[in-house]
Amino acid sequence: MKSSVITRGPEETCRLGCLLASSLIKGDVVALRGELGVGKTCFTQGIARGLAVPEEELVTSPSFTIVNEYRGRLILYHVDVYRFSDAAELMNIGYEEFFFGDGVTVIEWADKVMELIPSHAFLIDFFYVDDNSRQVCFSGPESRMEGIKKSITEGGFAWL
Amino acid sequence: MLILGIETSCDETAAAVVEEGKKILSNCVHSQIDIHRRYGGVVPEVAARSHIEVIGPILSAALEDAGISWRDIDLVAVTKGPGLIGSLLVGLSIGKAIAYACRVPLVGVNHLTAHWSSIFLVNDEIDFPFVSLVVSGGHTSLFLCRGIDEVKLLGHTLDDAAGEALDKAAKLLGLGYPGGEVIDRLAKQGNSQAYSFPRAIRGEVNFSFSGLKTALVNLVKKKGEIEESELPDLVASYLEAVVDVLCEKTIRAAKEAGIDKIVLSGGVAANGRLRERLKAEAEGVGIKVFIPPVSLCTDNAAMVAAAGYRLFLTGNTDGLDLNASSRPAI
Repeated sequence: MKSSVITRGPEETCRLGCLLASSLIKGDVVALRGELGVGKTCFTQGIARGLAVPEEELVTSPSFTIVNEYRGRLILYHVDVYRFSDAAELMNIGYEEFFFGDGVTVIEWADKVMELIPSHAFLIDFFYVDDNSRQVCFSGPESRMEGIKKSITEGGFAWL
Repeated sequence: MLILGIETSCDETAAAVVEEGKKILSNCVHSQIDIHRRYGGVVPEVAARSHIEVIGPILSAALEDAGISWRDIDLVAVTKGPGLIGSLLVGLSIGKAIAYACRVPLVGVNHLTAHWSSIFLVNDEIDFPFVSLVVSGGHTSLFLCRGIDEVKLLGHTLDDAAGEALDKAAKLLGLGYPGGEVIDRLAKQGNSQAYSFPRAIRGEVNFSFSGLKTALVNLVKKKGEIEESELPDLVASYLEAVVDVLCEKTIRAAKEAGIDKIVLSGGVAANGRLRERLKAEAEGVGIKVFIPPVSLCTDNAAMVAAAGYRLFLTGNTDGLDLNASSRPAI
């Protein structure tokens, strides 16, 4: 099953994240992959809104701070391993607390730490289409994908 | 009064001894001293964020450089956040242990307050109130500072920090690490008007650098290969867009608050172009700009001691139940 969506502009990427969030439950891990400027942080801002993190809480890039934590319907751990050289560094920051805790973990640059990404994670790949548009590909546990497809298509996106 | 400062909020493990919140007796940062040689310890690559491996030797080095012993310490100042919880806890726990063992007061310091407090280490004339811009890899925040414990957040980045925008551009252009330094150097040789980059000046004090980064990605994609000869102009133009926004918003914030002093601090405050432009533009409208020397702009513990001393003087000490927070209130 092909499972991707095209977003046109940062606002749509953000809205797509928001739609995904409606299906997320505690313990979920969302692994984001894709090159610089492709919309990973923007998508996470949408997830935060969808998890009812208050508007006044600004969701900013954790590339330097590594982990930002937000309180919404569930705790959101926004992790970014951009500056890591390998998965061993993730162990140094106590990643088990995020991955196997009661919140939702979104991890940017997940390709650097794939060996530690749990099997129940959603994998979301972002591809550059043109200046504004991105292709966003979803994969994850079979049992959950239908629900995610439903919320995203009901939100107005075409599931390709 | 001798203050021991401890900083472990992000990458750097640092300890310093500062006298009366002003005179630096020692200022040791893990990435700057050769622990390997000095203590014969092994500091593997993966321990880059394992403060626990180096905090002991760094503390010993700070005392040794200052020529003092544990008994001479009068106050322990330690970063309580913002930062990575696991990292903060290393500094905080050892800070508590020292305060308890030496029977001296403990004071927790906000990392961003510590940054702008670095100005007190080098400047006698600066006094509150002032507007401060803390700009680094992880932060881009504007504060109105009326006292060491009377701080109001005026604005901060909505997405990427300015230092992150610079670092990621350096990486994208294959300029190597640390990105900020290479950009500073290359930009000096380039024409800052050669390329047009977007400036997110939306009539408010919050910053946004994500669009600028994406604009560079788009440009690089369109051009395919970037010739080495094009780099100076490209980097100079990109940096100019960052500096324009930082200067414009900081000066506007000061004007709106009716404040005639600006303090610039944080790792990006080491950038030559930012220092020069903010000074020139602010002073052109009657606002004085204070900037610590480059050596005190990046993370260090002397700034934590400087802030801690002032917090102590205003009655802000903490108990041993002080906790680290990834995002504390100011």
